[in-house]
Amino acid sequence: MLLPAPFLRWFADKGWHPRAHQLELLSRVQGGENMLLIAPTGAGKTLAGFLPSLVSLTERGKIPPGSAFTGIHTLYISPLKALAVDIERNLMKPVGDMGLPVRIENRTGDTPAAKRQRQKLNPPDILLTTPEQVALLLANGEAERFFKDLKYVVLDELHSLVTSKRGHLLSLGLARLRQLAPGMQAIGLSATVADPMDLQRWLAPQRAGENNHAGLITVTGGARPEISIMRTDERVPWAGHSAAYAIGDIYKAIGETKTTLLFVNTRSQAERVFQELWTINDDNLPIALHHGSLDVGQRRKVEAAMSENKLRAVVATSTLDLGIDWGDVDMVIHVGAPKGASRLAQRIGRANHRMDEPSRAILVPANRFEVMECQAALDANYIGAQDTPPVGKGALDVLAQHVLGMACAAPFDPLALYAEITSAAPYATLTWDTFERIVDFVATGGYALRAYERYTKIRKTPEGFWRVSNPMIAQQYRLNVGTIIESPMLNVRMVKHNARGSLGRGGMALGKVEEYFIEMLSPGDTFLFSGKVLRFEGIRESECLVSQGYKLDPKVPSYNGGKFPLSTYLAQQVRKMLADPSRHATLPEQVRDWLSLQKDLSMLPKEDELLIETFPRGSRHYMVIYAFEGRLAHQTLGMLLTRRLDRAGLKPLGFVATDYSLAIWALEDLGEAFTSRRPQLADLFDEDMLGDDLEAWLNESFLLKRTFRNCAVIAGLIDQRHPGKEKSGRQVTVSADLIYDVLRSHEPDHILLEATRNDASTGLLEIERLGDMLSRIKGHITHRPLDRISPLAVPVMLEIGKEAVNGDAQDFLLAEAADELFADVMATASP
Amino acid sequence: MHRIAQAISALPDNPALSARIVVNGVIGICDPLGGLYLPDLDILVVSDLHLEKGSAFARRGMMLPPYDTLATLRILDAVISRHNPKTVISLGDNFHDRVGSALMPDLFRSMIETMARGREWIWINGNHDPDGTTALPGASMDELTHSGLIFRHEPALNASTGEIAGHLHPSATVRRREKYMRRACFATDGRRLIMPAFGVTTGGLDLRHQAMRGLFDHQSLVAHMLGRDRIYSVRFANLLG
Repeated sequence: MLLPAPFLRWFADKGWHPRAHQLELLSRVQGGENMLLIAPTGAGKTLAGFLPSLVSLTERGKIPPGSAFTGIHTLYISPLKALAVDIERNLMKPVGDMGLPVRIENRTGDTPAAKRQRQKLNPPDILLTTPEQVALLLANGEAERFFKDLKYVVLDELHSLVTSKRGHLLSLGLARLRQLAPGMQAIGLSATVADPMDLQRWLAPQRAGENNHAGLITVTGGARPEISIMRTDERVPWAGHSAAYAIGDIYKAIGETKTTLLFVNTRSQAERVFQELWTINDDNLPIALHHGSLDVGQRRKVEAAMSENKLRAVVATSTLDLGIDWGDVDMVIHVGAPKGASRLAQRIGRANHRMDEPSRAILVPANRFEVMECQAALDANYIGAQDTPPVGKGALDVLAQHVLGMACAAPFDPLALYAEITSAAPYATLTWDTFERIVDFVATGGYALRAYERYTKIRKTPEGFWRVSNPMIAQQYRLNVGTIIESPMLNVRMVKHNARGSLGRGGMALGKVEEYFIEMLSPGDTFLFSGKVLRFEGIRESECLVSQGYKLDPKVPSYNGGKFPLSTYLAQQVRKMLADPSRHATLPEQVRDWLSLQKDLSMLPKEDELLIETFPRGSRHYMVIYAFEGRLAHQTLGMLLTRRLDRAGLKPLGFVATDYSLAIWALEDLGEAFTSRRPQLADLFDEDMLGDDLEAWLNESFLLKRTFRNCAVIAGLIDQRHPGKEKSGRQVTVSADLIYDVLRSHEPDHILLEATRNDASTGLLEIERLGDMLSRIKGHITHRPLDRISPLAVPVMLEIGKEAVNGDAQDFLLAEAADELFADVMATASP
Repeated sequence: MHRIAQAISALPDNPALSARIVVNGVIGICDPLGGLYLPDLDILVVSDLHLEKGSAFARRGMMLPPYDTLATLRILDAVISRHNPKTVISLGDNFHDRVGSALMPDLFRSMIETMARGREWIWINGNHDPDGTTALPGASMDELTHSGLIFRHEPALNASTGEIAGHLHPSATVRRREKYMRRACFATDGRRLIMPAFGVTTGGLDLRHQAMRGLFDHQSLVAHMLGRDRIYSVRFANLLG
């Protein structure tokens, strides 16, 4: 029998049986394998993951006082602090009930320094922590001692970790842990993913000629969720994301269930929906708000109230996506389209943690295209399709951070470190040359102009090892560890006017907003935050002071956070649905009418056909491209097409992209030009646009600057926080944009620019996706010249003017502003 | 970026779209490269070059690109070639820190020597570099008075008219169709002028920031913003606010 007596008794007392997958995982781990467990929510995943260590610790027994130092036995790593805390609570219960001799503690950014210090001297058996804390522990001189007895690493929510830079950093940490504790085994816990082998490889060391992937246990089943699309008598809008039309219906649904989780895609959407719900909350239902920018104290309060079942509804963003136990949620309402089928499945899993009872969910599309997208996602969820992104290659900025961390721990031998790093799956193909360039970058910035040799951060010892030059470097590393880069933020604090009309001090902290947003405000402006209409009063030190606002129409914070692009899979489903009139029957009448009107006035594209409509409007000529590849890929396409149209003399003026289509407008008659094959559409959409045109545009792109800033901070070129200045954290100490300009004009092939381009082409720009699309639509482009705007074009046309502009267009607008609006001061040519 | 690219393509006989201003009766030309040319006095004024900023950071463990000095000097060279002034005044924070001019690589030193040849060159001391320059042509001083103008680094709160200063790195923001554009600018109300920062890695401070309070008569304040290849002049009242 696998399980020791206390475990058997505990299961018997509860009237439970260990599940088959829990026992299988235990036995295969005991057999020496690294393992991946894929299971739906409510399948007892967490207990399964911890069984091997609990059993092993029970067999080991308590360590007698006075024994030699023993390092930690098990490391549990979760993407969320809250999850680590939550798991501690959930794990303590069975451990206490069984009376196991196991000490469990958590360690997060919030753990007090004294406790952290004690943990180093007297480590617990099981340490629950986050990827950043693992990096910090590994960069410490005591790492070897601390981890030498490590048996198991349990990685929770692995599917969400591995696709990000946090995952890259963690994979390098795992490789180091294997060096420190050669017998260590990894156990990954994950929701369903498209390609489990990606994760299996991630969990195992990559070495030539070895079985280099973890074993796999998949638990299928779970009750099929009951998902529906919100039916409404209201008019579904053409465009926009607020879903304000459905607030009454949403409120009604909340009133009819015990506890509802309301998911939205962005923080501003969360604020808006929360505000509107309270406007009509005549029954005073306890409805709360939860998103990443709110004050931690407030978030904890909401979480506590939720687990005590004191709330009827929480409006939340992705901060709640992951596995926190939420009491008895019996319904999930998803406002806005889910953008990915897997994401939807995970969010719906939040309702009802019992695997054998169905989850209930209602989707609320915000506009008509989203109605189709919701329907497609709904169909996908029923057939169990998955569109999780692939793991991808390890980022170079993360590698640079890790290399410095390793030098902080102890002088490293470059050959040994290279072998260790390439044993991590994301870095398995890293070349020695690139590794050397990264080491050089860490040391002196890696510039062709060798100006900084004397300031080097790490230097070579006579034995050929790299060590940190001085202790300040290690301190700098510790302050800046991690891969989550936030925009500069200001605390939002509520103040009151005192009797003399000046501002009082020290009101309630509401959370943080981006500095750039506040810079746009003038005292007296109002905005929506933390569920309140706030009046901006001014900035004092690093705080944004606000008072209660009374205006009904606030400016809404334009957060960038939390916008997901439409997944490739879902996009394909929407195209299929559009092309197949027999499926339109499942759609609401308004959407059906819209599509049939489109069919009469223009056409509905076939699944693999690219429809391009052209029409005049006002003094301009428009082309609308129905590519269905997501907003990011469309933006890239827009940039590239505008360049080509400009070269063809068609005078394009601008473009705007949505998840579904792209509109470009120009001074010349685009319809006429395409009809007379000047230029040919096939040439315009040729794949070669991803060559020189892409290169030329990339260099000018503001997107690249934004990416560069992240890379520069992660790679340690620019400190987010500098020793002695931790608290002022208001701005990165130097403008990354300006650094980018200087570097690009003087050393365009610098390794950090290479890292930036790699990042941008996979993430922000979705070059690969665009490439796939261009090759798919070859020979399938249909041009439909029209006299006027078509029904399908309305949504994207309504977005014109709402998008931010950058780069070239900025100067254009500046000129317009200076010349037309402010003609009172004229610029004159110099003599 | 615009200025770096412009400096490369700028030709002496290809005048950019500048703005003509008057400060205390003296005519000035705001060049989009970031310099102020005073034709009647044949003086070119630049401010806040912040040379050797990259290496100043490198000494503290942040390995910023070592090309900022080169880029700034190339723009300076372009604007000097365009106006060919008799005198160049650099209004302080010429170097990012006290040791910058002493530790500057010879390559950059000789670029400055070439530019200064045949001209008078005046380094006004700034708060970053209060001790003057080391081994460079020209004279160092805290301030200079000339033809009704006073040149100093930090604007004085109750200065008499005719002050030309730097230090604050003014920038301005305009809003147009719900979009925002922010650029470095020359800021003047006709009584005094605050220069934009010239260094390529220097940031900006908005004209509405409290550090700017009390410096200008807002009725007549105009921001001459540095655009891609021209100056955009916008009244303070029409800036974002």
